Amino acid sequence: MIQDFITIIQDYWLLLLIGQYPNGPLGGLANTLILSALAIALAFPVSILMALARLSKWWFLRWPMTALVYVTRGVPLLMLILWCYFVIPLWTGADVPSFLIMLVTLVIYQGAFLSEVVRAGIVSLGQGQMDAARALGHGYMGAMRFVILPQALYNMIPSMISTFVSTIKDTTLGYVINVPDLTFAASQVNNQLLTQPFQVFLILAVVYYILCWSLTYVANRVERRIARRRAGPRNARLPAEAAPLKTITEQL
Amino acid sequence: MSGFDLSAILTNPEYVSMLVHGIEMTFIIYFGSWLMAMTLAILLLALRVSPLRIGEPIVAAYVSYHRNVPTLVQLMLWYFGIFTLMPQGLTDWLASHNAEAIFAVIGLGLCQAAYFSEDLRSGLRSVSPGQMEAAKALGHGYASAMRFVIMPQGVRNALPPLINHSVSLFKNSSLAIVIGAPELTHAVKEIENISFRTFEVYMIGTVTYLFFSLIIMGIGAYISMRADPALRARA
Repeated sequence: MIQDFITIIQDYWLLLLIGQYPNGPLGGLANTLILSALAIALAFPVSILMALARLSKWWFLRWPMTALVYVTRGVPLLMLILWCYFVIPLWTGADVPSFLIMLVTLVIYQGAFLSEVVRAGIVSLGQGQMDAARALGHGYMGAMRFVILPQALYNMIPSMISTFVSTIKDTTLGYVINVPDLTFAASQVNNQLLTQPFQVFLILAVVYYILCWSLTYVANRVERRIARRRAGPRNARLPAEAAPLKTITEQL
Repeated sequence: MSGFDLSAILTNPEYVSMLVHGIEMTFIIYFGSWLMAMTLAILLLALRVSPLRIGEPIVAAYVSYHRNVPTLVQLMLWYFGIFTLMPQGLTDWLASHNAEAIFAVIGLGLCQAAYFSEDLRSGLRSVSPGQMEAAKALGHGYASAMRFVIMPQGVRNALPPLINHSVSLFKNSSLAIVIGAPELTHAVKEIENISFRTFEVYMIGTVTYLFFSLIIMGIGAYISMRADPALRARA
């Protein structure tokens, strides 16, 4: 049994790492990481705009955004992927690669979830910060840019990392539209071997475990550090529970 | 392709029965895995708070595995991997009893148990230790203090994340399509393949999922309200 694992890894490590590159599209673990990093990098600004729209005093910004957030929270990601897979080529009239479709889906989905985190971060600062900034002569945009967002976003760093972890887990769903990621590479290996599905999928699970576990570990470390800093220099020795941060993530 | 026409799907008895069967299967998977997850979560919690030294690391490893490996990969490992390692007799029996749905329930249930047990644990931990001391001072034993003082507060604290995770379990039941369980997303894909009315049938699937998710959220909000004496008094 152990020998099987070693043989599979020796024979297929390159396929699992980068897919069929350079003879084909980039795939494997590298593509999973690129896809989730791009998704989170794009979802971040999108989520700030969505949160600002949800907190806006104008109903024509607030209502559609609230509806969008509720729909993305109430519908399976798989359904959203199928929608994008169908709608994006229809609208653009082009043959869009599945990587791009998955990226758009993840940006919408994670943007909606992150926007709730951003919104909670802004609301938890309290009205006083905004009032004080306005009293000092900042306009709405200036107050947001220089006073509110820097504070809200700093407190959000741990939830950003855990969102990154759930994005990595979400990219596995690209399997249904044949995005060449790690899961896809593993099922290719499985199709070539045919006789050792358990070994192949266990290797797959272990790789994901190592990846997500180490990122979660980093998130917890950062969270403790931020909690300490928020408690102030005088209370620096207080335990992390002194200022617990609510880490909101969507499981998948 | 003709214009948007929901009735083309909804008046066709064949499509309607496929949709109804899909919804039925989605709910079988949902309820099955929910019950399994909750039972297991309570057992895991009991193991964790028990004086057995070995309980803690076992439960921690269980939770860590199920939270850090994507649910889809867990399902694939169960259906494509572990299924093939089972003894012949069991494999045959499962294959003739809708193995896809059974493995969807097992995979989702085991995975969700990790989340549920963490929710319950953090709910119980948020009850201050003073409560236990006060209950003992009033003459409660351990079991009765747990039953009448700690548990009611702990479960109430755990309700919001439990409800959130119940909704995500419902949504995650769609992952069963990957191992071929004939649930709602599967039915939607099939109807799309036959009718080519992608827009209409996706719309029906989306609205159905949204409808039931909102109902689960609504039930959750009602239970939270009933469980909170302050809110109940106001209502």
